[in-house]
Formats: sequence, structure tokens, C-alpha cells
Amino acid sequence: MTVGDRNPLARLLKLWLPLGLSLFFTLFPFYWMAVTSLKPNQELYSRKVMPLIVHHPTLKHYVDLLTETSFLEWTWNTFIVAAMSTAISLIFGAMLAYPLARIRFAGAALVSFAIAATYLVPQPLLFVPLADIINSLGLGDTLTSVILTYPTLLIPFCAWLLLGYFRTVPGELEDAARIDGASRLQTLVKIVLPLCGPGFISAGIFAFTLAQNEFLYALIFLTKTEVRTVPVGAISELVRGDVFYWGQLMAAALLGSIPVAIIYSFFVEHYVAGLTAGSVKG
Amino acid sequence: MTAPSLASALVHRRPAFTLGRWLEQPSVFSWLMVTPPVLFLAALVGYPFFYGIWLSLLDRPVASEGTFIGLGNYAQAWHDPVFWQVVINTFVYTAVATLLKMFGGLGLALVMNQDFRFKNLTRALLLLPFIVPTVLSTIAWQWILDPAFSIVNWTLIATGLIHPPGPSWLGNPHLAMGSLIVVNVWRGLPFYAITLLAGLQTISPELYEAATIDGASAWGRFRYVTLPLMKPVIFIVTMFSVIFTFADFQLIYVLTHGGPASATQVFATYAFDIAMGGGQLGQGAAIALTMVPPLALLILAMAIYLRPDKTT
Repeated sequence: MTVGDRNPLARLLKLWLPLGLSLFFTLFPFYWMAVTSLKPNQELYSRKVMPLIVHHPTLKHYVDLLTETSFLEWTWNTFIVAAMSTAISLIFGAMLAYPLARIRFAGAALVSFAIAATYLVPQPLLFVPLADIINSLGLGDTLTSVILTYPTLLIPFCAWLLLGYFRTVPGELEDAARIDGASRLQTLVKIVLPLCGPGFISAGIFAFTLAQNEFLYALIFLTKTEVRTVPVGAISELVRGDVFYWGQLMAAALLGSIPVAIIYSFFVEHYVAGLTAGSVKG
Repeated sequence: MTAPSLASALVHRRPAFTLGRWLEQPSVFSWLMVTPPVLFLAALVGYPFFYGIWLSLLDRPVASEGTFIGLGNYAQAWHDPVFWQVVINTFVYTAVATLLKMFGGLGLALVMNQDFRFKNLTRALLLLPFIVPTVLSTIAWQWILDPAFSIVNWTLIATGLIHPPGPSWLGNPHLAMGSLIVVNVWRGLPFYAITLLAGLQTISPELYEAATIDGASAWGRFRYVTLPLMKPVIFIVTMFSVIFTFADFQLIYVLTHGGPASATQVFATYAFDIAMGGGQLGQGAAIALTMVPPLALLILAMAIYLRPDKTT
């Protein structure tokens, strides 16, 4: 339905008005984060001044956040956890996806059913037993606890996405390599994987952002400042007692969102491809 | 089969056994590949799931031995008025939020499926709520809906629509659920819109041209071309949305903690409160597991009403 409407009024009503309202609804909270984080406290908690703009901008909240809290440590933890769990998920995801995409073997249907079932298990179903298991393994308050559990959320998605990419590699290429004497493993590593780079980028970006955003397991497994990730750190340590430090909280929310947003802006096409792969192609 | 080829087939059937050759067999290679990840998932998803069922049959305070009490935890939930409140809350939250996301997302996808400048930039901006960490954006919403300094109230008062001090969006039991739904829609709508947009773009323009030539109106084209072709995509997106809205935790935990007075308590937050706050692992596991039957029913109902092959 890309037939262009030349009537400006119709175009305003059918395109710009709904688009404008959607963009406003979408972006206002980000604007509000930025504005709040730049306001001095006396302006933040005053009913006299007009709140929509900053009258006396200050970076005090950012400085306090970076010097008086463990925010940088949390950022580093988040990065390590997301990178490790993404790497594990990509490797395991590819190991599941390649045979399913390429080889007829007994039990394939069972494996794909297990992946689909894992995909649909929501986290709140598992957190109670997992907490008990993690504690009895002595992994409470270690980054290992989340590095091990996040891949359970990411592997099914990675496998599903990579499956689609593996199928796009022409079978003749693999046959040729095998006839030339390459083993199955060599064929996979030297022929198939290099052709599936975009698939790994899409799956990796998606997995990385999901791991950065995870909250429930991190909240339960990580209870000490030095092992916390940004979401848990912000919610449990920037609120002291019942006092909300809104300026710092908004600075943390913005700084915590920026790395994700930057990665995302570079790879937005890959991200959208990952997002829509399952539902549109599947 | 002629004699020479039979002979060669026999020769090939029993080649000398070597490890390399054994590894090349399709089943051996495949299972060697899939076994490590399958074991990983079995250990960290399968085992916890069944261990959770076992825990739900125990009276098991944290850091102590459990005693087997059969279905006692489930019976306790059955007689717990808060539990029934939780059931109703979860259904309301899931149904209203999913419907809003479905219609809003479809509408936005149709709007986005026109030609206009900065389309890619717009799409990237619209996806932002979905990609930034939910907890962080939810903190921003908590500030937007703050009882004393809500910007919503300030705007409504400044425009003369309400009298000060204005409602407490998260503190009033009736408004709190509505506020949570708005934030959930804010976060989830982009996923709907962008996925449906991708689906719309796979529909061949020729179908619309054919329909137009046959005299179909804009509504007719939507009803008889777009909708039937979009059904599989709508089905999958809705299924994901229902599952993850039904089991939502972080948004509610941050904004209301299930309050005021359990008015927004859902399965996930209630199970968390009982297991982690109250230290009753068995009871918490039981409440989390009671999510399964209603969730299965919802998915089944959707599969019947939205299933892809029921297109006409």
C-alpha cells in the first residue's frame, strides 16, 4: 500500500499525525530522563519552576553517580556477563542449528521440539528452583551464576536464527567441499561459518542486548555491590531507604541505556532482521 | 542390481573402521554436535523445572530441610484470597495490554508502510523502548508518574484539566493497573509494529493492484488481502506477547511491587514475594507453577482463533 497520497491533508491525517503522536509517546520518557538528570535538586523538587526545560543545567548528578556509587563497576560487570553469555549462546546455538539445518539424523525432531519448548518457558517459572540450585552449588553472588543461566534464555533464540542462515548456504558448496575430501567439521568451519557472518551478528546483537537487560536472575543471584549489574545496582542501591535520588537515577538510566543504544544504532538492520526473522520467515 | 556394483557396494558397506570415518556418519556427527548444548539446557532448564515441581510439594523454608506435604502448597494458594486477586490481575494485565499492543502495533505498522522521508530513522527511534534495559526505562516512568512531581499531573494542572494535586497514578489501586498497562504498551508496542511492518512488506503489491482492479475499497483490501496474509505473523507475535506479558516481572516489581494492597500483584511478583521475601521456597514454587495451566489455556485459545490455516 505504498500508493502515494498526493492530497496533503489526507497525508497529514494518515501519516504525519499518527507518526508524530507515536514518536512523542515513544521518545518523551527519554527526553524526561535527560532533562531530569541535568537539573539541580532545588529545581527538581520545586513546584514553582516550569519543569519541561532545564533552567540551570548541571552535571552534578553524573559526577556523583560516577564517583560516589559503584556505577562503573556495575557497567563493567554487565559488559563481562553479556559478552560471556553471548559467546556461549552463539557457540551452543550454532552447534544445535547446523545439524538441524543440514543433516537428517534420528532424533532431530526431538531436539527441535526441546529448543522450542525452552524458548517458551518464561523465567518466573524457574527462578525459585534455580535460586536453590545456585545457592547449593555455592555460586550465589558470583558473576558465574548469571553467565551460566543467561544462555538458557539466549540459546533457543540464537539456534532458531542461525538455523535460517545455515539453510541459505547453497548445498552444492558443501557437497563440493566434501567431495574434495573435507570432513563435516572442516566444511562447517571453513565453508559455512564464513558465509553466515550476518547471522552471527544479528544473533549476537540480540543476545547481547537481552543479556544486558536481564533483571530477575541478576536480582536474585547477585546481592553484593561488587558483583551487581547496572539494572540491579540502580534499583537496589540508588534508592536508599525510601529516598529516591531522581537526578542520579535518571543519569544512571540514561548512561545504562546509551551503550545498548549505540551498539543498536550501528547494527539496526541486523537487529531488525533478528527481531523479525522468526515470525516472518518461520 | 548388476554383479559388479553389488560387489562394490558390499566393499563399501564394511570399510575398515577408523575414528575419522565413524565421526563422518550423519547421526554420529549430529549427536556429537547437539549433545553439549542439549545437556546444558537439560541441566539448567529441564532439571530446574522438575526440581521446581518437587519443591512445590515440600514445606521448605529457605536454608532448612524440607518436609513433604503433598499438594498442601496448592491447597493453601486455593484458600488464599490474595492468590485469586493475583489470577484476576494477571488476566486483566495480559488481556488489555496485549489487545492494545495488537491494535496499536497493527495501526502503527500500516502507517509506517507508506513512503516517507527518514523512514529508517523513524523505525530506529520507535524501537528504542524495546531495546533499552526495561528496568532503567521503567525507573523513568516511575518518575513520570511520581505522586508529588509527576509531569503528567503538572501538565494536566497547567492546562486546567484537573485540580491540584492530581491523582496518584501508582498509589491509587484503580489507576495503578492502568498505569502499568500503559508502560507495558509503551515498551512492547514497537516490537509488534516493527515485526508486523516486516510482515506487511512481504505482501506483493500486485495483490493490492489486483484487488483494486476488482473494485475493492481500502477497507476491502485490508480485510481481504492484508489481514489473511498477516495472520501467521500476528499469531506468532501475539503468542510471544501473551507469554511474556503473563509472566512479566520487572516492570511491576519496579513500579508498584504489586501494591497498593496487592492491586497489581501478578503471578511472578507474588511468587517472588513469597519465595524470596518470605523465604517460603515450596509455596513460591507452587505459585509460579500455577501459571502453567492458565498460560497453556491462553495459548490453546489463541491457537484456535488465530491459527494460520484458518485464513478465510
